[in-house]
Amino acid sequence: MITELGHFALILAFLVALVQTVVPLVGAHKRWSGWMAVGEPAATAQFLLVAFSFGALVHAFVTSDFSLNLVMQNSHSAKPMLYKISGTWGNHEGSMLLWVLILALFGAMAGWFGGNLPETLKARVLAVQASIGVAFYAFILWTSNPFARLAVPPFDGQDLNPLLQDPGLAFHPPFLYLGYVGLSICFSFAVAALIEGRVDAAWGRWVRPWTLAAWIFLTIGIGMGSWWAYYELGWGGFWFWDPVENASFMPWLFAAALLHSAIVVEKREALKAWTILLAILAFGFSLIGTFIVRSGVLTSVHAFANDPERGVFILMILIAFTGGALTLFAARASAMQAKGVFGMVSRESALVANNILLAVSSLVVFVGTIWPLIAEMAFDRKLSVGPPFFNAAFTPFMLILGLILPFGAMISWKRGKLGRIGRSLLPVLLLAFAIAGLAWAMQTGRSLLGPVGLFLGAWLVGGSVVDLWSRTGQSRDLKRLARLPRADWGKSVAHAGLGILFVGVAGLTAWESEDIRTAQIGETFDVGAFTLTLNAVDRVQGPNYVSTMANVTLAKDGREVAVLTPEKRNYPVARMPTTEAAIDYRFLRDVYVVIGDRQDDGGWVVRTYIKPLANWIWAGCLIMSLGGALSLSDRRFRVAAGAKKTSRSAVPAE
Amino acid sequence: MRVARSFTLAAVFAASLTSTLPAVQPDEVLDDPALEARAREISEGLRCLVCRNESIDESNASLARDLRLLVRERLEAGDTDEEVVDFIVERYGEFVLLNPQADGWNWLLWGAGPLMGLIALGLGLGYLRGRSRAEAQAEAGLSDAEQARLRELLDGDSR
Repeated sequence: MITELGHFALILAFLVALVQTVVPLVGAHKRWSGWMAVGEPAATAQFLLVAFSFGALVHAFVTSDFSLNLVMQNSHSAKPMLYKISGTWGNHEGSMLLWVLILALFGAMAGWFGGNLPETLKARVLAVQASIGVAFYAFILWTSNPFARLAVPPFDGQDLNPLLQDPGLAFHPPFLYLGYVGLSICFSFAVAALIEGRVDAAWGRWVRPWTLAAWIFLTIGIGMGSWWAYYELGWGGFWFWDPVENASFMPWLFAAALLHSAIVVEKREALKAWTILLAILAFGFSLIGTFIVRSGVLTSVHAFANDPERGVFILMILIAFTGGALTLFAARASAMQAKGVFGMVSRESALVANNILLAVSSLVVFVGTIWPLIAEMAFDRKLSVGPPFFNAAFTPFMLILGLILPFGAMISWKRGKLGRIGRSLLPVLLLAFAIAGLAWAMQTGRSLLGPVGLFLGAWLVGGSVVDLWSRTGQSRDLKRLARLPRADWGKSVAHAGLGILFVGVAGLTAWESEDIRTAQIGETFDVGAFTLTLNAVDRVQGPNYVSTMANVTLAKDGREVAVLTPEKRNYPVARMPTTEAAIDYRFLRDVYVVIGDRQDDGGWVVRTYIKPLANWIWAGCLIMSLGGALSLSDRRFRVAAGAKKTSRSAVPAE
Repeated sequence: MRVARSFTLAAVFAASLTSTLPAVQPDEVLDDPALEARAREISEGLRCLVCRNESIDESNASLARDLRLLVRERLEAGDTDEEVVDFIVERYGEFVLLNPQADGWNWLLWGAGPLMGLIALGLGLGYLRGRSRAEAQAEAGLSDAEQARLRELLDGDSR
């Protein structure tokens, strides 16, 4: 019954979204206040309906209602409760429902917090947001209904993919979607501004918090996914340049670019048309990502094997929205007159450079991702584009970005002087060179990767510190730091986080070492500076799996560091094995132990990896999002995002 | 299979389920560490044909194991790295290369980054020149309505 109500609520939400698309848009055109006012209650109603619908699906999963096809295919009565809940979005239909739930949530929030937006702009934003909703409700209702029943329900379900039965991955999709779909509101703002025909500093200020929020969530979501891959997949890779990963990485890069260009709109009223374009592209790439993931065009070796009908539907949505918005952009962009005047050496120029690097690097990822498809269709060549290409083609842009960032962060608006900044950054530069030189001298190989990564890390972190330090003024009054706007703190923290991320990526890639061997029970062996002892291998029964669990003692210089229990699990219902690596996490290195198969001589395959600086990768992601959050909490956004709603009457009509 | 796998679907997973256990087995490892290091490096650039975008070094599929052994066989026979790769490409096609060859139309792929970078740089410089030479009058910028709006925002800010 609840299931049917959920289905019904979803249909109602579709109808509400239709109304919300048409009425406020007409109202804004005709200047009819009553019609424009429909937007906000409609957005709220839409959100409540989808929330109910989503709740109904969660309910079906929690109560293990195997009369639902979706629950039958993705759940099992013996599954722990956490994974029953996360199973709701661990499949195509359920994750699409989560997609529209978040879409409706952002629409409703734009209504709730948009109190100080001009009436027409708000109406148009909500209408555009609802039109995206219409398309995706239609997609779910016509091609991917999560509420389909089975005529003859089975006794039990087929279990969720065991790889997804993991705390890290349980929360990875919601965060990722909050980011992906959060960009929709930037898109709506951009299209609404194009319909209005004007973009001003206030627009930049309204869009920035939404972009920031979406970017923070995307950062956390991608970071979580990367961490999950690291500990779950059994060899400690953290990034693979898989099409599905690239699908989330491209919007992240565009969101980062948008984040920075919106600052220029807000502070200097320049780069308007470009910022609008970025907002359209950022969400456009979210849609492309959705298309890549759902259609299976690129991820599968057997092209188009997945579900052509769904793929074509999403492709149509993609073309309609990005194409429509870009057409509107082409028609209206010339109306966006830039106002700010600035010299070649200025913060504005630095932000333009940032945008060029981020946008081009994202496009490089895009070209690499779809190249196999192009090559096959246009040149009849079946080829692969893998990590070696992306590492070579993408990294140089990040290198340049890292090099110029500390300058750009400190240079003044309008007209800056490089000399003075150079002098204050000189100590950092020397320090960074010293660290890189030390790393070069200490490492055994002759790879540049590690030292360069450390150099960039020190340069970025040091640059951020110098930036903050420079704000203390001539008197070096540290109390001034406490009074700095949170946005300034956020900037420095996020940039330092990027530096830490660089250190982690370079360190792990350059200096990782590995050992593969067959060990007998009780055998002791050395890996690098560590001594490992395989004490025992036992069979352990889990809630819905059987585990082969090893017990390994990790020691250094004769002292025990940790006892590790790597596992190999077998999920009988899904008939799938998973590896659970045991990791000793430390500040400067991880020791990563994996147990393999039993060999004929009674020994066990044991893999040991020493992974230097691995944690710095996720620490960097976390610090970047923390910086974003600090920036988001800046009071000027709380004001701009509508913490006060009293001044609505004072809003000029146009 | 990969990080963002969560939002791919059960159907997509099916193809990749075999590949969750680590790949290289102890009995495959060559006695000569230098040769083994070369084998690992070559393996990382070769695609496991039955997996989703995994190198044979990462994959647990039996075909990947065969290819790993083949690579080591050729190395022990005295082939250079290039000869080993050519040997495999000859049998399995260009698809096996994770690092696409820079030839023919693929120059477009490899050139895309630098090319787009240069174009963007040109456009950016053009824009910046325009901005730095723009009439100073633009500085007076805000219209009355915008001034009112700005004042309103700033008033809110000071509270």
